Amino acid sequence: MIIGEQKPLKEICEILEGHRRILVAGCRSCVAICLAGGEKEVGILAESLRLHSDLRGKGWEIDEVTVERQCEKEWVHDIAPRIEGKDAVLSIACGVGAQTIQAIYPKVRALPGLNTSNMGAPMEPGIFMEKCGGCGDCVIHLTGGICPIVRCAKSLLNGPCGGSQNGKCEIGKDTPCAWEEIHQSLKELGRLDLLEANIPPKDWTPSRSGGPRKIVRPESVIGEAEKLMRGER
Amino acid sequence: MKADSNLERVLSSGKFAVTAEIGPPMSASADPVRKKAEAMKGSADAFNLTDNQTAMSRMSSIACATILIQQGMEPVVQMTCRDRNRIAMQSDVLGASALGVRNILCLSGDHQSFGNMKEAKNVYDVDSIQELMILRKMRDEGKLWNDDELEVAPQLFLGAAANPFADPFEFRVTRLGKKVTAGADFVQTQSIYDMERFEKWMGLVRARGLHEKVHILAGVMPLKSHKIALYMKNKVSGMIVPDAIVDRMRNAKDPKEVGVRICEEQIAHLKSIEGVHGVHIMAVNWEEIVPRIVSEAGLTPR
Repeated sequence: MIIGEQKPLKEICEILEGHRRILVAGCRSCVAICLAGGEKEVGILAESLRLHSDLRGKGWEIDEVTVERQCEKEWVHDIAPRIEGKDAVLSIACGVGAQTIQAIYPKVRALPGLNTSNMGAPMEPGIFMEKCGGCGDCVIHLTGGICPIVRCAKSLLNGPCGGSQNGKCEIGKDTPCAWEEIHQSLKELGRLDLLEANIPPKDWTPSRSGGPRKIVRPESVIGEAEKLMRGER
Repeated sequence: MKADSNLERVLSSGKFAVTAEIGPPMSASADPVRKKAEAMKGSADAFNLTDNQTAMSRMSSIACATILIQQGMEPVVQMTCRDRNRIAMQSDVLGASALGVRNILCLSGDHQSFGNMKEAKNVYDVDSIQELMILRKMRDEGKLWNDDELEVAPQLFLGAAANPFADPFEFRVTRLGKKVTAGADFVQTQSIYDMERFEKWMGLVRARGLHEKVHILAGVMPLKSHKIALYMKNKVSGMIVPDAIVDRMRNAKDPKEVGVRICEEQIAHLKSIEGVHGVHIMAVNWEEIVPRIVSEAGLTPR
């Protein structure tokens, strides 16, 4: 899932400066699970903004809505009546959600209320860790089911650097060394042999280095005629 | 001979080699480099120029290496994967080679969170083992990594780092083996204070026969003060400093003298270990002490 974190209220207020009728828009998917942009957080943020507006005389009219999945245009289309008359949507979905709102409603400003951080997982209550680097060419079959691209601070592919000590990364004692974990995992799997082979320089074209990525599943693509027939919005 | 560098000649002849580290200045002037170089001349077979060590911008290692060559000294250019992708890396290798650099040390590089510009973005397009693979291909096949032919191939004696004090310990020798397979001709280790662990590591190195495939230069760092000893012990990851050494530095009347003595004792010990082909002296911010240590350790003339 996508892990995000709400921007500090002070920054959000600065971003909202110059707008009046504002819709706070959350999402019931990933950001709800990581307690950053779901219905509950929308309510708290909207109330905080109303309070801020009252105290500072901003004159903001704050409305709120939470979309099932803000990254899918079908769900975003459904909130058209709530967008009506607004001059800004403060999205606390991930960056994909905020951009979907902007694409569907080009006349209203979509403003980010949340920092999209990473693709990760809840580890224990209230703690979320990055897990996948989204490099477009998964290698975890070679690394004991652990992603070295993002869980190693240097994205090393051939083992831990000289800064790995007592299971921790050189960047800080709170960060586990991914390669220590990989070593441990492969040991448990009886596959330490995988660590003997040198992995050559990675092809980063399926990653961000190939420019914005696009995936096409031909069997699902529909032609213009069919779109018209289906009354695609 | 792969590169016919002085370092390669010394190591190939079976002599005990000495390399020493020079930290480039935070300056646009060549003078501090010349001054340090002059003070160290004749004390080592080749001199490492660190590459933005601890992720702080300093004069480039290649530029410093050129200044050393002008002084009649041989450089080892350190090249990290932190600050350059494979395009810049290969370009730097061609440039360095054209300027007369024959020894390059391939490194991952300290993470930028150690430095003075923590907000920087790192590169890590390749890691240090992949860097060795790329540089060896340039040298041996006369080709860039993508197979484009080079008009003239670089002559390189390729180095790598090894840290017997980092974890997981049992992987450390495997990693050295990977570096040898990738093309390392020589290896310089992290500073050794825990001799017992180093001996254990060397035992595993010999068991794999790696000491016959790569020249191992054991790293030493003379301690200047008790404070530095404590800093090394507690703050530098991938470093082990036994209490006995910290205590000796604490109790020293003249800490610098004791630091030099410890270093000389370490060198004497390291010389006796089978498979150690030289020492690499890292006198950080204390380069001028190197000639004395080398001389008192009985390693002159060079």
